[in-house]
Amino acid sequence: MSKESVVQQKPFAVTLDVGTSLLNKTGSWRSTRPVYVDRLPPCNNACPAGENIQAWLFEAEEGNYEAAWRKIMEENPFPSIMGRVCYQPCEKACNRVKLDESVGINSVERFLGDQAIKYDWKVAVGQPTGKRVLVVGAGPGGLAAAYHLRRFGHEVTVLEAASKAGGMLRWGIPKYRLPREKLNSEINRIEEMGVEIRLNSPVDDLKATMEEGGYDAAFIAVGAHTPKTLEIPISGNIPVIEGIKLLRDVELEQTRYMKGRVVVYGGGNTAMDVARSAKRLTGFTPRVIVRRARERMAAHEFEVHEALDEVVDILNLRTIKEIRGNTFVLEKMVADDAGRPFPTGQTEEIEGDLLVMALGQDSELAMLRNLPDIEINWGVVGVDKGMMTGHPGIFAGGDMVPSERTVTTAIGHGKKAARNIDAWLRGETYRVAEKHQLVTFEMLNSWYYSDAPRTIRPTLEVIRRQSGFAEVIGDLNEANALFEARRCMSCGNCFECDNCYGICPDNAITKLGQGKRFKFKYDYCKGCGMCATECPCGAIDIVPEEI
Amino acid sequence: MPQLPETKQKVKFYQTGTFTVGNRLLESDHRTVQATIDRSNSLDSGHRACQGCGEALGARFAIDAAMRASNNQLIAANATGCLEVFTTPYPETAWSIPWIHSLFGNAAAVASGIAAALKVKGRHEVRVIAQGGDGGTTDIGFGCLSGTFDRNDDVLYICYNNQAYMNTGVQRSSATPAAARTATTQPVGDEPGNAFNTGKSVPLVAIAHQIPYVATASVHDLHDLELKVTKAMQIRGARYIEIFVPCPLGWGSLPGDTIKIARYAVECGMYPLLEGSHGEITAVTKIRRRVTVSDYLKLQRRFAHVFRPENAHQLAQLQAIADRNIKRFDLISREDDEK
Repeated sequence: MSKESVVQQKPFAVTLDVGTSLLNKTGSWRSTRPVYVDRLPPCNNACPAGENIQAWLFEAEEGNYEAAWRKIMEENPFPSIMGRVCYQPCEKACNRVKLDESVGINSVERFLGDQAIKYDWKVAVGQPTGKRVLVVGAGPGGLAAAYHLRRFGHEVTVLEAASKAGGMLRWGIPKYRLPREKLNSEINRIEEMGVEIRLNSPVDDLKATMEEGGYDAAFIAVGAHTPKTLEIPISGNIPVIEGIKLLRDVELEQTRYMKGRVVVYGGGNTAMDVARSAKRLTGFTPRVIVRRARERMAAHEFEVHEALDEVVDILNLRTIKEIRGNTFVLEKMVADDAGRPFPTGQTEEIEGDLLVMALGQDSELAMLRNLPDIEINWGVVGVDKGMMTGHPGIFAGGDMVPSERTVTTAIGHGKKAARNIDAWLRGETYRVAEKHQLVTFEMLNSWYYSDAPRTIRPTLEVIRRQSGFAEVIGDLNEANALFEARRCMSCGNCFECDNCYGICPDNAITKLGQGKRFKFKYDYCKGCGMCATECPCGAIDIVPEEI
Repeated sequence: MPQLPETKQKVKFYQTGTFTVGNRLLESDHRTVQATIDRSNSLDSGHRACQGCGEALGARFAIDAAMRASNNQLIAANATGCLEVFTTPYPETAWSIPWIHSLFGNAAAVASGIAAALKVKGRHEVRVIAQGGDGGTTDIGFGCLSGTFDRNDDVLYICYNNQAYMNTGVQRSSATPAAARTATTQPVGDEPGNAFNTGKSVPLVAIAHQIPYVATASVHDLHDLELKVTKAMQIRGARYIEIFVPCPLGWGSLPGDTIKIARYAVECGMYPLLEGSHGEITAVTKIRRRVTVSDYLKLQRRFAHVFRPENAHQLAQLQAIADRNIKRFDLISREDDEK
């Protein structure tokens, strides 16, 4: 049609076709553009086991408990155990602390772990690779490594010196904190995946064991079980026992010698567990002698609090100078500005019937004597970023390498080592994914989050705790677990609240449907930035437009 | 009296409850119209409003909600003003509804005429909306508006209140707040900006007309806004809704802060969210997290002068206005007081 004929068809004085404003691409006004990003939530960043906490809470929020559990299992094979013994660095980092209280991540994890045990959920093993890996030590680190190596398809044999698997989970953590049926269930699940655990099988010479067994690689995680000692002048015949041995005896129910007034020497978690066990077994108030001040004790704060709740007497800034019969002579200390305790020469006396030494433990490393290229400093084994020792193919982790000595850290080591072993067996180097930008509270628009108090786990009454080994911290039920999960602010990761889609004045965002998130229509986006300001979780960034 | 839908329910203990546009954890009928994939987008992309325009946003929110409530049987008359200018520069239109541009001052009368014509034709299912800015409503169109209320014509009038004549260059209207700078109320002299004790509250004037439904809403609270529009559409007779729509250009604010400013206006007590019916105020939306008037004002250049030491009395007077609103309309819930 010629231009002239078009004009002729229009009414008087009209020269243009009418049309929709969609012809007007307002995107050309823009000098900055919004982009969707995934940032690193602080909980994930803080987790020593590298769990993707925000991602599994996302599933749990919708009631997809199995999917949530499987997300945990990609990183950590012990949700039920974690939900009881982890020191919760995630909750301390949680951004929600600045709004009301942190999300009860640990209780939700425990709920998910217990659901898995209840419904007997399983994890698939990988395609067989034909490679054989030796794991020494069936503690949390060793078992985590074995689990991940099985998922990669390698054959795994675990050699354990003790009569039962679990390491410090069994011998160092009392039943009132970790019921044994939960521990056994999560270990059994790993065995059912085809991991062979040989009990009562201490390794005397690692080199020889590897050669005999024809292993392609090894992960050693023998922990730290040899108690540290300190000379105390003792006259008389007061019984003295190592804290770690006492906890083992509690586990084996061989504690007839535990009676009377127990005095515990040491300020770490073992000392707290010993004192709390002593309270339950003797009925007397145990006394804990700690060299350092209360706020500088090695034990985690909540363990100290729980011990105090159960009426354990903690004497800070004291050392045991000597013991005469049943009389303990304590020397008072004074802390300098840096918190270092110094003796004052002043003494006081207390009475006791049993001394428990809980001053920490060292690792037993004699099995490495024929492997000279493994470096040992200050009683711990040196490893590289990928957890490999100086001897190619031999990896180490847990309490025997320099790091924080917690269960969660050991589990993280096990995972990291497994990934590096897998890469090493294939002749490759494991590459760590680049970390996203960490989300601070200021990146969130906290106005949108509902104000909700944290569901406090029903705590058994203090009096019940004192008389037995029933579990101290109760469970979340399904209703409050869901509620707790939904308190997650999803820091830095879109949770599909539709805010950007709804509040764009230019209708310049396409909603792609449930689970598919959104897309910007850059043809129309004017770059006002309202979507980024109003995104509750900080998952939209504004970047300069290339001009 | 027509049956009103149940008052809006705040869902508790869900991540963001009903504060965000949608929420995947909510039942779909608790989500907003704006959260749906197939919303009508009555005011579509390509319009020429400034970056971060509150009015463009408020108009899409309101008309999409009205479209759903009327089963897409909707006609709108539009007064002259920004909304008319930026949506329909010839030969384009951003509207996907039957839409007519009236004069500046007679949108209410044009809508009354359309409603009368539909009544004659027996088209009861087709609903009529008149819309305009605060200039076309509170000043120029005030006589026609009052007439529509007086006759109780079956029209929903929506006023997008951005507190001045923005389209013509930010001149004062009778909805301009005290102390605000406009082209005609310069920040000079002992009492800089717009004079105190002037202007009018058209929502309260509308309530005084004894019409069946009056409400104020804000672009920051979409659930509240959609509920009010939906409620209005379920009633026959004259209805009035005023929507608070910040204007980055006229107010001297960042385009990305539009919703934040609207939120602060409500949360400081300056812009109370009310509902009224037959001469009475029937409901108020409580303040959720109270902020000070300064928090609200400091995001806007039009109030920059009230932060100068010599104008401290103006800031105090503005805070007093907000405090009076809070007391007068009971904007803080008792529960919060107890906390």
